[in-house]
Amino acid sequence: MSGDFPVALILIFGAALVPLFRGVARSAYLLLLPLLAFAYLLTVPLGLHGQIELLGQTLVLMRVDKLSLLFGYIFLLAVLLSVIYALHVDDTMQHVAGLVYAGSAIGAVFAGDLMSLFIYWELTAVSSVLLVWARRGEHSAATGMRYLIAQLLSGMFLLAGAVMHWRATGSLEFGQIGLTNTAGALILIAFGIKSAFPLLHNWLMDAYPEATPTGTVFLSAFTTKLGIYALARGFPGTEELIWIGTLMAAFPIFYAVIENDLRRVLAYSMNNQLGFMVVGIGIGSELAINGAVAHAFADIIFKGLLFMSMGAVLFRTGTIKGSELGGLYKSMPWTTGFCMVGAASISAFPLFSGFVTKSMIMTAAAGEGMLLTWLVLLFASAGVFHHAGIKIPYFAFFSHDSGIRCKEAPRNMLLAMGIAATLCIGIGVFPHKLYALLPYVTDYEPYTASHVVAQLQLLFFSALAFAVLMRTGIYPPELRSVNLDSDWFYRVAGRRMVHTFGLALAITREGLGEGLMARAASFGESIRRQRQPHGLLLRSWPTGNMALWVMVMLLAYLLFYYLGHNGA
Amino acid sequence: MSASTDTKKYWLDSSENVTKLYRGLWVVCLMLVGIDLFLHRHEDFEFATLFGFHAAYGFFACVALVLAAKQLRKLIMRPEDYYDRDSDER
Repeated sequence: MSGDFPVALILIFGAALVPLFRGVARSAYLLLLPLLAFAYLLTVPLGLHGQIELLGQTLVLMRVDKLSLLFGYIFLLAVLLSVIYALHVDDTMQHVAGLVYAGSAIGAVFAGDLMSLFIYWELTAVSSVLLVWARRGEHSAATGMRYLIAQLLSGMFLLAGAVMHWRATGSLEFGQIGLTNTAGALILIAFGIKSAFPLLHNWLMDAYPEATPTGTVFLSAFTTKLGIYALARGFPGTEELIWIGTLMAAFPIFYAVIENDLRRVLAYSMNNQLGFMVVGIGIGSELAINGAVAHAFADIIFKGLLFMSMGAVLFRTGTIKGSELGGLYKSMPWTTGFCMVGAASISAFPLFSGFVTKSMIMTAAAGEGMLLTWLVLLFASAGVFHHAGIKIPYFAFFSHDSGIRCKEAPRNMLLAMGIAATLCIGIGVFPHKLYALLPYVTDYEPYTASHVVAQLQLLFFSALAFAVLMRTGIYPPELRSVNLDSDWFYRVAGRRMVHTFGLALAITREGLGEGLMARAASFGESIRRQRQPHGLLLRSWPTGNMALWVMVMLLAYLLFYYLGHNGA
Repeated sequence: MSASTDTKKYWLDSSENVTKLYRGLWVVCLMLVGIDLFLHRHEDFEFATLFGFHAAYGFFACVALVLAAKQLRKLIMRPEDYYDRDSDER
């Protein structure tokens, strides 16, 4: 088969037909789509396919190489798991939105040029917000809008950067970009928003916990990992990423320890795992890049599994607050077990998936002699076990008995969790199956005696610290609360600023009175004069300037809109 | 979802059993450190080969993490409806 047909369209067009089916036929159809796309992908040879000549540029809709294939496979697997997990949902809109969202993320992965990347990039934003809005509450409406603005902002940076990159290099090809000029910086910010860089991260913790139980599972797989893919493609070996990633791996865990909403805890721990991947991309050696993308692969499965287990708890009990849960292992033993497999995987226990992927990044950092980064990542490894590995299962399923008795999760949810858990263990036990799919050939061996012992010591003593702090009552209790994060600046401070500014403007206008009106009239006259031929406003300007100004205006508009509407 | 009505006793319901688990964890930890006496670990950094390095690092990192997070709460924790209030009440 030639491979000119974009695999993304199987899901995107396929989604359009979902409303035609009902009941069992719909379930079968939903499952068929990712399987069909996967079967098609297996037949496509490596290389550039689906090339379109447009305005002197070549758009490549199917760039198939080892990097894009790896992300293509894992994204399709994530679609399959998310679809199984959501089979009981009756809401057609969520199924359609989920498939279009996943399809556009896959389209972005196979896009070989910046323009088609941008189109898919925007499509992921507008389709995924529907999964937040699908919860249909006042909160989710506001949260969804904040999420959408952050995502579209990322798209605008990408567009501006892509246009400047094209002007500078004469090509739209999406390859190594690097941080050498303004174009590179703009594109890095675009990717950074998607990958939740520090200070650009808060849309993640804001929106993911507000989506529907099944919607969050979809969301957790694609957006941030698309950011990681794009970084691995465009910015491998960019040293700044090492420091950004180191910071990312460390700071979210402090928030995770004191956060009460368990799905938000997972969002913080996702940010922390993304930090490991960003460090790997920043180091840029073959081992480090392999580690980064392998960890993205494993993370999609174990983080999906954790979000599935917490989604099941939310679905059955109606709450996901650590302060109200506890003792659920009695009602939901299977969910408890699957959650613990996910917890062991994210904590990188030997024989679980995180161990064989994260260790590549750690080894790469140590091999390059990056002492501080290595120490921080080791701290983050201990911390992630503490807040995700122990805290999540402990407060949901064990801890003090909340008295809640509910049914076990629906069968389709258990099936999805079961498959994900099997894969977590499968990758941990047979790591070389995954290594064979990585971009670079590797003979890395994760299971050495020193490595296994060191990791077990680190983890068991983290567990011991948790147990000691619990029994001595030092561990902070789960409290009903919100914790301020960088979103405070636009939800409170920014809103206040706009309010104050508006007030000041009104007062000034009143005070200036008629004098101002006269001046405004004479200013209008001078503008009219400039609109004659050869006047300032009718002269012809280079297109590049115009594109830049339009971008500045759109950004300004977006910023003010955001500050004005999203305080509440 | 209903209030607790089943009277089935679970193994973890007994605080004695939880204590057994806790002691078991100590035993496992001590055994893991004990391995360091026999195994010479290969590490890229020399100090990481010190006896019990990873054990101590894991333990103290987590204690420090929790203590720091407790302090962080004083700074950033707000009532649950913080963002739902009108701006004057914040």
